[in-house]
Amino acid sequence: MKYILAVLVDNRPGVLTHVAGLISRRAFNIESIAAGYTEEPDVTRINIVVSVDDEIELEQVVNQLNKLIDVIKIVNLTRIDSIQRELVMIKVKANPATRSDIINVVEIFRAKIVDVNRETMVIELTGEQSKIDALCEVLADYEIIEIARTGAIALSRGPIPAKSL
Amino acid sequence: MKINGAQAVIESLRNEDVDVVFGYPGGAVLTLYDALYKSEFPHILTKHEQGAVHAADGYARATGKVGVCFATSGPGGTNLITGIATANMDSIPLVCITGQVGTPLIGKDSFQEADMCGITTPITKHNYLVKKVAELPRVLKEAFYIARTGRPGPVVIDIAKDVFAAELAYVYPDTVNLKGYTGKFTGESCEIDAVLEVLKNARKPVIFVGGGVTLSDTAEYLQKIVMQTGIPVVSSLMGLGCIPATYAANLGMLGMHGTYAANIATMECDALIGIGVRFDDRVTGIVEEFAPLAKIVQFDIDAAEINKNIRVDYKVIGDLRWSMPELAAKLAATKTDLKAQYGQWHDYVIAMNKETPLSYNKEAACIMPQQVIEVVSKLTDDDTIVVTDVGQHQMWTAQFYQFLKSRSFLTSGGLGTMGYGLPAAIGAKLAKPETTVILFSGDGSIMMNCQELATAADYGINVKVIVMNNHVLGMVSQWQRMFYGERYSQSKLNGKTDYVKLAEAMGVHGLRVTEPEKLEEVLKQALAIDGPVLVDVLLPEVEDVLPMVPAGGRLDQMVLGASKE
Repeated sequence: MKYILAVLVDNRPGVLTHVAGLISRRAFNIESIAAGYTEEPDVTRINIVVSVDDEIELEQVVNQLNKLIDVIKIVNLTRIDSIQRELVMIKVKANPATRSDIINVVEIFRAKIVDVNRETMVIELTGEQSKIDALCEVLADYEIIEIARTGAIALSRGPIPAKSL
Repeated sequence: MKINGAQAVIESLRNEDVDVVFGYPGGAVLTLYDALYKSEFPHILTKHEQGAVHAADGYARATGKVGVCFATSGPGGTNLITGIATANMDSIPLVCITGQVGTPLIGKDSFQEADMCGITTPITKHNYLVKKVAELPRVLKEAFYIARTGRPGPVVIDIAKDVFAAELAYVYPDTVNLKGYTGKFTGESCEIDAVLEVLKNARKPVIFVGGGVTLSDTAEYLQKIVMQTGIPVVSSLMGLGCIPATYAANLGMLGMHGTYAANIATMECDALIGIGVRFDDRVTGIVEEFAPLAKIVQFDIDAAEINKNIRVDYKVIGDLRWSMPELAAKLAATKTDLKAQYGQWHDYVIAMNKETPLSYNKEAACIMPQQVIEVVSKLTDDDTIVVTDVGQHQMWTAQFYQFLKSRSFLTSGGLGTMGYGLPAAIGAKLAKPETTVILFSGDGSIMMNCQELATAADYGINVKVIVMNNHVLGMVSQWQRMFYGERYSQSKLNGKTDYVKLAEAMGVHGLRVTEPEKLEEVLKQALAIDGPVLVDVLLPEVEDVLPMVPAGGRLDQMVLGASKE
């Protein structure tokens, strides 16, 4: 099972080392990590997608992360009504023969072409991980040159922020 | 008041009631040592940084106070690593202050530079790199608070060299302000009520005591609970001493080298009440078959310990200083006569323990290791602090020394650090100068930090070092004997080292005993000498620590000791 956790941490030097060190030390299975500033200047939000066998293992991940002094709060956004998004940029080979096919695919996925030249295109898509996986799969037919993904971030629906949940 | 960073560190130590620092100077901490010199702050110069950190650990274990050590940047800091990991595994409160290269040099692979925060992240409760002098008072306040509150642990403060020299307007904060950490750990009373119900429904309960009881100094409440209910007690290595060994239903240590009765009682009980334990693999054997008939209850301050190794049925998360008095009070108020309810079980386990006690065969021609522990146990008083290194002698000490009080047994349990003992004994003796401090070590372990004999001699630190000399790495050779077809790969020492001469060369009194009839006399002599003594006790090469549950085995599948074979 995959879960997405919003980990609110004190924005201090060394905090990413502490989080990464813990994940490595406890041998947790992490699918992605995305960190960034928040509405509060001294708080960083780390979005972690963790892959675990069962709820007890998930509880271990949450409890161990919670022990870090810099961690202020952890919210499991999988458990509540929330929106998950990831951004991907894909550089794909696109010659005059394949270009229109690729544009079709891009339209079907409601993706965007953000760069184009005689040989390649860069396609941008924001969406849930499964949608991004699907686009990557389809584009594989046209020879993907490189992929950059941000890792998932998530936000709860409704007015209440994670810090108050 | 304008002072420099180094003086701020010393002032902060004063504010935290630190009475001694263990350490070793070097380039990056010259300014710190200058401030120490000017303020005449008490400091013990060990011979190696590893000695300093283990001594601070021994000091902390003996007192419950935070142990403090200093080291310089690079190799000074990295020499602390084993000691920090040792303290982390056993939840010992330490503050380790290391010098770092100057801020402009950080990250340039400068001379004697090592990334202490990176290195110590997985083995500390928390760590800091201080690059601005203004942060020092806050960081020191937080470090001591974090080290000693909650589940204690080591904190590293890495301070850049120029920060020690920079000036600040020093004000030591009264409080800490940490958004993600609180030192308060009062839990939910309803969780204790649930445990009460478990106990009311139980017929064959066992209390399993661990290091958490020692760390929280709650042994008196536990003793009250045990006396009142007659619940039999088993203990982890770290819990020894919390319930006196003389109490009849104290079955001693359980696990790999646990007693027969402790292991069988654990397998047969219908309720296992774990208090400050983490169900280590040396305790549980195969986890799927650990205490198979029992409702398992876990009291712990650390929520992450619940369901980490063993799936428990009930949990009480919170400081034992909250939960133990409350459980004791609720048990006292209960109308059920639990003592009568458990009476049959209580008598059964005591009989089992009497029938299959720890045992060994005495020999006329040589001194047996277990005998050494028994004699020392007899010769020393109730307050004695016993320290060990790691290996066979450690297990024999756990089995045969009659521990009567908590904080009387200092040993590296989780990490199993050879070389821990001598410096830890030095730290303990400095913490409790009126108390007899005995170190049981092996001829393997003692050599891992034997340089600290010189520290004991230089400062006249009266520790009694008993080297259990069997000319082998005992535990390694026992495993090789049992599981590797007696191929004694690199475990025979057969060295030319004369431990008596080694002691004397360092300025420590050296004694040797080879015959069983002389054992008591020589040990008495060692105890009577005013000052540090090393006693080289010659033992047979082949002797196993028994009972033994082979790694990954079930607790009731033990290889038993002498009398049963």
